Amino acid sequence: MIAFLARRVLGIVPVLVCVSLFAFGFVRMLPGDPARLLAGPDATQAEVRAVRVSLGLDKPLWQQYATYIRQTLAGELGRSARTGQPVATVIGERFMPTLWLTIAAMGWSTVIGVALGVIAGVRRGRWQDQTSMVLTVSGISFPAFWLGLLLIDLFAVRLHWLPTGGEHGWRSFILPSFTLGVAVAAVMARFTRSAFVEVAGEDYVRTARMKGVPERRVVWKHTFRNALIPVITMAGLQFGFLLGGSIVIETVFAWPGLGRLLVDSVNYRDYPVIQAEILLFSFEFVLINLLVDVLYAVVNPEIRLQ
Amino acid sequence: MSELAATKPATADRAIRSPLGEFWRRLRTKRVALAAGVVLLAIVLVCVFAPWLAPYNPTTPDYQAILAGPSATHWFGTDAYGRDILSRVIWGGRISLWVGFVSVTLGGAVGVALGLLSGYLGGWTDSVIMRLADVLLAFPGILLAIGIVAVLGPGVTNVIYAVAVFSVPVFARLVRGSTLALKQSVYVQASRSIGVRPVALVLRHILPGTLPGVIVYMSLRVGTAILTAAALSFIGLGAQPPSPEWGAMLADGRSYLGVDDQLTLFPGIAIFVTVLALNLLGDGLRDALDQRLR
Repeated sequence: MIAFLARRVLGIVPVLVCVSLFAFGFVRMLPGDPARLLAGPDATQAEVRAVRVSLGLDKPLWQQYATYIRQTLAGELGRSARTGQPVATVIGERFMPTLWLTIAAMGWSTVIGVALGVIAGVRRGRWQDQTSMVLTVSGISFPAFWLGLLLIDLFAVRLHWLPTGGEHGWRSFILPSFTLGVAVAAVMARFTRSAFVEVAGEDYVRTARMKGVPERRVVWKHTFRNALIPVITMAGLQFGFLLGGSIVIETVFAWPGLGRLLVDSVNYRDYPVIQAEILLFSFEFVLINLLVDVLYAVVNPEIRLQ
Repeated sequence: MSELAATKPATADRAIRSPLGEFWRRLRTKRVALAAGVVLLAIVLVCVFAPWLAPYNPTTPDYQAILAGPSATHWFGTDAYGRDILSRVIWGGRISLWVGFVSVTLGGAVGVALGLLSGYLGGWTDSVIMRLADVLLAFPGILLAIGIVAVLGPGVTNVIYAVAVFSVPVFARLVRGSTLALKQSVYVQASRSIGVRPVALVLRHILPGTLPGVIVYMSLRVGTAILTAAALSFIGLGAQPPSPEWGAMLADGRSYLGVDDQLTLFPGIAIFVTVLALNLLGDGLRDALDQRLR
């Protein structure tokens, strides 16, 4: 297990290098003077000069990259061109709202998605299966931002039951987390169903049924537990995609999170914030993928040996 | 599953003789997918003939008819500038379908080429291409697209590039897999043994065999591409006003929620129906291609 962990952790190093190169190269790929871009449109000559010196923009590229990595590791991400605040502070404020929103969405969508998938798998070909397949194909085809607008229209504008947006207490979580989770619940249901159907065709399930194991036990012990392994992987991957989906949903619900910060920063061309956010989001995905792999190895010992 | 297992060897034999023929034969039995295909064809035709079908100019304001509800003169009503929503939805379809098809075709073409190279050559070419594909695949499309749009600037063309980039690894992986399988098949081995050169071998004998899978994934990816492009326009990074892009129309209609719902209702339905048709068609195609992939 330790060897496996070491191999996996080492495996993400090249990916992290790629990501940091992209975040580093990003501002330098834009037309114009990187120092002026990073200092922001309203910066004075002196401020632009200060940025140029702190990034060492007159030095060779590899030295600039080394400076960039050293500063990033020390948490020095520059200042927001829009507000002048340190980027680390801006991102720190926005981190928790996004994390909670993602966890809320992940929680309900995994439970409902897996449940739907199991029901569809057990009742394959019957109305339960067909209903759940209609629901799930609609779920992946529905534009989430339109769903968000429809829900705001109904529950906030017309019925006044829930707030239209912002983060104020648990009631404000209901609409955004539901909207964010719909597509994930649909993907989870489809995936669980196919994993379930696949395991249900295995010899050991047939043997269990043949020797007279009660159907309930066949479903839960022999089929569900084995189908769960790929489902865990899928759930982990979906977590990463939820972080991506949050970018759009936070805009719909005026959620004070990282996603809306990214959209605002792109619109304002606040490059230090964009650069830091790309790095942060990428790092999160790499970390989640690593966790999924480790979890996978915990439930399935065969993986560790490969 | 048991009846599938029983018929599998027979279909596998036939599939080697004519993959495309077998594919069409099975697809004919999928009624939902065929219906979705008909709906999609109708949508495409409406978009193609937009100049003749749309009752009004999609960008010409009419200040006599601002925010009118659906009526005989304006079936879907009008927006805040008095522009006809039906006409905007029809013209917007051109943008969405164009972005969807072009970006996926572009990404698909690059992905197929890389997949063929990777699968046929193997070795370090394979390792490098697949590691890069893994890195790209690890990121959600929308984040990658925002990163690319942040560099290139907002606009429909840049959205096409952005969406194309994150379609590449999907196709590269898929085609690499089928290339590896086809490389071992009897007819490819036979062609090689009679001296067919590598380029011809790949283009004439391996490429056609990978196409059914590519077509399936294209139909599924076009749906994703349309959703992503609409989302980018919705957050202001895609199509710019006064363009009648569906996502941009939804963003325009936000301020009129609960008052003038025709602004968001019709573009929303347009996106949903188009993407649903693509997904149902894609699911049907996939099932016809390989029963076990479900």
